[in-house]
Amino acid sequence: MNIMLAKENLPEKVEMRQVYCDTLIEMSEADDRVVVLDADLMTAMGTLRYAKRFPDRTINCGIQEANMIGVAAGLSAAGKIPFAHTFAAFASRRALDQVFISGAYAKLNIKIIGSDPGITAALNGGTHMSFEDLGIMRAIPQMTVIEPADSSAFRDILKKIKDVYGMFYVRLVRKNAIKIYEEGSTFEIGKSVLLKNGSDITIIAAGFCVAEALEAARMLEAKGISARVIDMFTIKPIDKEAVIKSARETGAVVTAENHNIINGLGSAVAEVLGEHMPVPMGRIGIKDSFGEVGPVDYLKKRFEITAQDIAAKAEEVLRRKYQERTA
Amino acid sequence: MLDEGKIKELKKFAAKIRMETIKEIGSLGIGHVGSSLSIADVLAVLYGEVMNIDPKNPRWEDRDWLILSKGHAGPALYATLALKGYFPMEELETLNRPGTNLPSHCDRNRTVGVDMTTGSLGQGASAAAGIALGLKMENKKSYVYLILGDGECNEGQVWEMALFASQFKLGNLIAFVDYNKKQLDGDTKDICDLGNLAGKFEEFGWHAQDVDGHDVEQIFLAIEKAKKHPDQPSMIVLNTIKGYGCSFAIGSHNIPVSKEQVEQAVKECEEAISSLN
Repeated sequence: MNIMLAKENLPEKVEMRQVYCDTLIEMSEADDRVVVLDADLMTAMGTLRYAKRFPDRTINCGIQEANMIGVAAGLSAAGKIPFAHTFAAFASRRALDQVFISGAYAKLNIKIIGSDPGITAALNGGTHMSFEDLGIMRAIPQMTVIEPADSSAFRDILKKIKDVYGMFYVRLVRKNAIKIYEEGSTFEIGKSVLLKNGSDITIIAAGFCVAEALEAARMLEAKGISARVIDMFTIKPIDKEAVIKSARETGAVVTAENHNIINGLGSAVAEVLGEHMPVPMGRIGIKDSFGEVGPVDYLKKRFEITAQDIAAKAEEVLRRKYQERTA
Repeated sequence: MLDEGKIKELKKFAAKIRMETIKEIGSLGIGHVGSSLSIADVLAVLYGEVMNIDPKNPRWEDRDWLILSKGHAGPALYATLALKGYFPMEELETLNRPGTNLPSHCDRNRTVGVDMTTGSLGQGASAAAGIALGLKMENKKSYVYLILGDGECNEGQVWEMALFASQFKLGNLIAFVDYNKKQLDGDTKDICDLGNLAGKFEEFGWHAQDVDGHDVEQIFLAIEKAKKHPDQPSMIVLNTIKGYGCSFAIGSHNIPVSKEQVEQAVKECEEAISSLN
């Protein structure tokens, strides 16, 4: 792991999907086992350039997610390394039994890419809005579940998971992320990244909520509260040591995710805290509801997953921390 | 073409598969007898003549593959594999016992010679198509044989795969449907009528044939014919009788099996074998 933090957290120039396509091409040039599957979303995911460069390794299945995952399992059995993309909602909800049985239970090797997770489905609305994909994938034995925060992390993680045999689920926004890392940073699957040190409370986030968490930490700092921020890009297996250490050192934890607070990152952190280091905690995320249509900025506020919401939750948890100490 | 001697040999192999399947399920006292017995003849043709395999090297990379998508007929495949020497015959008695390598539904990680984990119906179909595509990408000469159940063809995934295999011109995929006309709750025509299966696959772009699924010669010739269509996946609909070859099991799905029934069925199979000598 070699992390170089970006000096400023600004919207990236490059879209996540462009990095997906570039990295697939790069990996395919170096390793002829890599094949790419999609279910009629190659235009949306920006992988048509891949199809042009490697037509014989592009498998566009049409609108059939279940068959796509089954075919990926077969390709894996025949020695290929399939990267299969569809929207997060379909990768998890629609193809679940195929991911579970043909992929995981059969101990095969599929890299599943779920795009437009949570509110980033935006104008596609509630039908396409997955607030449960992390929970679904987390419930599958031996599945590794990842949500990168920006393009540099995504690029490095894609290369890493190619070379680790097994089932992976990576959820990510298709468009521009907020820059968290400098290009060239390297990551370790299962190890979180400490982005900002702090002593009063720890904010653990993933995906676009990492940028929100950093902003929340700045807001808290203005109020004299020292917040630690952790990028927990591997949701499963979660970095238990980092959670315990931060809980011990700061005595309070807030999680932030673009997902239902049930079964996602917040739950994963709560499981660790409950078993090893119970401290006051709070969860920012979708409060067990369905999605709805709208632009991302509107939905962030509508579902209360903004930096302001994280900061407010942090203050609430901090009050509990101090009350418990005085009690 | 098969000569008379070979035809007799395959018929005997099919009867032996039936006999060992009944003994195997009988040792536990319950199982998918009918579903297993109806595919004994196609297994005999595939493992007795057609498939390029090496029981001593089960994951040989130039082998032909068999995906038993109707995974609940695992016991028939296990009997076949044991008779071919993939593992000792005694292992058949461990079927579904604690810690066994022979579970009800096929598991590629447990059973030597099993190429894919199946049991959730429809899923073996897509896996077979994926394997066929992977082998085609590597320019391998191997074939992928896929056995579907008729009830299994209620699943939408089978038809997704049917479109896909045709689109990707998977000529190395030769599929069978064990059309024994029965599913768990009764006759297929009363539950979710499949109608003319060969016609449906043909409409999906496959080369499709209808054969007597208990006639080893017809099955063999259909496979030979299928191989003459390298740019099309092939479907061979096996018209079969559920439980064929053991009178007590005719039409049955998952049933208890008594010691007496096993003895009677073994006798029937032995008679079938000796009539071929």
